[in-house]
Amino acid sequence: MTRKVPLRDLAHARAGDKGNTSNISVWAYEPGDYPLIKDQLTPERIKAAFPDLITGDVVRYELDHLHGLNFVLGEALEGGVNTSLGLDSHGKSWSFLVLGLELDVPDNLA
Amino acid sequence: MSADTMRMGSGAGFSSDRLGPAVDLAEQAELDWLVFETIGERTLAFGHRDRLQNPSRGYNPQLAARMRGVLKPCRDQGARIMTNMGVANVEAAAEVVIAVARELGLKGLKVAAVLGDEVTDQLNDQTVLFDYGGRTLGEVDRPLVGANAYMGIDAILPAVETGADVVITGRVADPSLFLAPIADKFGWQRDDWAKLGQGTLVGHLMECGMQITGGYFADPGRKHVPRPADCGYPIATIDADGGAEITKLDTAGGMVNMATVKEQLMYEVHDPTRYLTPDVTADFATAQLQESGQDKVRVSAAGGTERPKQLKVTVGFDGGLLGEGGVSYAGVNAAARARLAADILRQRFDAIPGMTDQYRVDLIGLNAVHGTARPDASGESQDVRVRAAMRSMDRNLIEGMLWEVESLLCCGPAGGGGYRGQITPGVVTHSTMINRDAISPTVKVYEA
Repeated sequence: MTRKVPLRDLAHARAGDKGNTSNISVWAYEPGDYPLIKDQLTPERIKAAFPDLITGDVVRYELDHLHGLNFVLGEALEGGVNTSLGLDSHGKSWSFLVLGLELDVPDNLA
Repeated sequence: MSADTMRMGSGAGFSSDRLGPAVDLAEQAELDWLVFETIGERTLAFGHRDRLQNPSRGYNPQLAARMRGVLKPCRDQGARIMTNMGVANVEAAAEVVIAVARELGLKGLKVAAVLGDEVTDQLNDQTVLFDYGGRTLGEVDRPLVGANAYMGIDAILPAVETGADVVITGRVADPSLFLAPIADKFGWQRDDWAKLGQGTLVGHLMECGMQITGGYFADPGRKHVPRPADCGYPIATIDADGGAEITKLDTAGGMVNMATVKEQLMYEVHDPTRYLTPDVTADFATAQLQESGQDKVRVSAAGGTERPKQLKVTVGFDGGLLGEGGVSYAGVNAAARARLAADILRQRFDAIPGMTDQYRVDLIGLNAVHGTARPDASGESQDVRVRAAMRSMDRNLIEGMLWEVESLLCCGPAGGGGYRGQITPGVVTHSTMINRDAISPTVKVYEA
């Protein structure tokens, strides 16, 4: 059996911007949770979760020894800080959009 | 300080960063160097715009205040200052530092200005912008305000070697502000890519100031930061191979641990094996992090390969004006009244003669920030602000848009109040590449 757990319970994250590209790094608090996060938090999952906001590709880089993933989201900032009309034109809040995604965690894992 | 290590502090991670904790470092941290990093692509373009309006401006607006705070304690402690607060007018900035030094009675204080990053005259309408689908500068169809190449340690080191108390630059790569003093201290070869990569990692971790000491980190209930209001800037103790220990003053709030360092490790990084600077192609993917004590993290083992053949150039354009205005709805049925107000605004905006620029209407409190990410957001807040925003080169059009927002007070839904509107200038930036031999960095020394 599995249960749904928000990513925020298992990992922390920070977003940064360069032009119209956002990058979000996601880090497991516990090394033991990293394989599950790596397995489920795929670039395809991120892209599919925010279809209207990410119009480019999502690429994932893996830092296994530090238990972290770095996602690069192309064309994800409504034009970027210079042209977006949005309030968060840097996309700084992207980290918490991703931390709101839910993972399937087996009941036998804490 | 031991002869085989050096100690650097950060005193700013962006143009408007706090001053008080920088003064604390200047007074207490026994630094060799205090580094203020304050340029972003936008702040550089705004610097050009300021200089076009007034030839004696164009540097960081907080420069004089920061120098008044740290010049004397740095001199007393034997710490030197490195900063890119020259932004788009490095010579004027150097004069400001000299003026503050004289005001403080710091006779003989030396400032070295690093010049040569501006390349505006070398571009033309055919210049290809790699971040703009390969289109050309001419196709941007906006007034050019200025263009600057990212210079590296080749440009900064001669200024460091003058022994100046303050080294001030315009556009250089952010980590190079740290790497130049490190390479100078330990006599690194300019093609020792592994060491330059590790030194660049130290600079990358430090250049955003408190983002590595618990700033930009707290998430109540999940990520606790001690005394966040008193958060301190970071300190790095660096050894001859570029390994470093990141820490903070014991008396400061905030914290340094694996989590704070990891978040900064990948901040604004894409491929961690290829972090491009003018100095090196740094490889952060091999980096080792280790907690070495309370609020101490040891960083080592980043690598690097040959530096890029060309330099990146930021090209700034006049971005016209951004108009933003809003009205608030609160209490029973606020969300429905706010939605109705938004509908009314859209109809009235579309009827403004000549209204061709794209506008946007948000409902703050419902889905403003992530409206496009979560169009189905259906929370029913009783505290909602209707916000309209538009960019245009035409001030009249923006004023007409804001007039319609304010008009909601008498001819919108019931109970709307609290109109505020503002018009702020904007910039647009793009990027191109330039050959290294297209720039000729120089150093100019000033004495108080």
